[in-house]
Amino acid sequence: MTEQQSLFNYCLRLGDDALVQSYRLSEWCSSAPILEEDLALTNFALDMIGRAQALLSYAGTIEGKGRTDDDLAYKRGERQFYNHLITELPNGDFAFTIARILFISAFEYSYYNALQHSSDATLAAIAAKTIKEIKYHLSHASEWAIRLGNGTDESHGRLQRAINSLWMYTGELFEADEVEASLAKVNICPDAPQLRTNWKHQVESVLNEATVTIPKDEYMQTGSRLGIHTEYLGHILSEMQYLQRAYPEATW
Amino acid sequence: MATDSQLATWEVFIQSKPGANYIHAGSVHASDKQMALQNARDTYTRRGEGTSIWAVPTSEIAASNPDDNDMFFDPANDKMYRMPTFYVMPEGAKAI
Repeated sequence: MTEQQSLFNYCLRLGDDALVQSYRLSEWCSSAPILEEDLALTNFALDMIGRAQALLSYAGTIEGKGRTDDDLAYKRGERQFYNHLITELPNGDFAFTIARILFISAFEYSYYNALQHSSDATLAAIAAKTIKEIKYHLSHASEWAIRLGNGTDESHGRLQRAINSLWMYTGELFEADEVEASLAKVNICPDAPQLRTNWKHQVESVLNEATVTIPKDEYMQTGSRLGIHTEYLGHILSEMQYLQRAYPEATW
Repeated sequence: MATDSQLATWEVFIQSKPGANYIHAGSVHASDKQMALQNARDTYTRRGEGTSIWAVPTSEIAASNPDDNDMFFDPANDKMYRMPTFYVMPEGAKAI
């Protein structure tokens, strides 16, 4: 793979992470437990749409074949999507959603902090803008996790179950295949495996305060960076891409 | 009135720019101070409306009773000499 191909693939990874998270968060619109949370979660979705737009447009530029951010979002099949599996899992209950935001935003906080120093000026600029948003996502999810954990038996149990079932999807966040290794060598992307220790400290300090048990590192699910997904991504895309598939090139 | 099952309410005051008065924006539900600020931020400052937020427990607000309006407010209505409108405004004072 040439450096250009690697960079294109890498931008899709980051862009798809944001796009699919945004889709899942949008599903909370009108369904959150309280109005305030409805606004918070859909705000996060809008943050991530902005991030996805920036990254997918940049991917299109790198590729140089005239594809726009919309083309990349609406006209790729499931096997050409590279978002982490954890982003595509169904929302579950509120505790599940909060636990997912906690895990991902704690990861993204370290990751995008490092990406601000990328030798690629566009990625560095996107990261500098995004890091402020992520800081808030992390703060909001941490505060909620602590309150759910210390709330009732019901909320504690739900948070614990969410943590348990999400844990095996967290390993993938810290993988680096040859695409990322080659980009890390020229300081374009952060070295993800190195960030795991920090992430674990951060997550542990929140979960300890939330009085839930941290699962053991056992089997970790993987595959997304090769385009291999859970059964859920296809359903997301069939809804998200419906209009462009049914009425190609439709605009309004 | 139906009982509100969604946590306590907090009154939210937003300052639009440094030095400006805090203006009441509305209320939010929240379990405590920290969450009240976050919920206020998400509910009322999404489009760049503010630079600072106060959140106050609704129960801590002392509010006048509309039944007391006669006693509270009417006596002021017919006394024009209470109004500071007979003075020339100093030049440059805009926010009096």
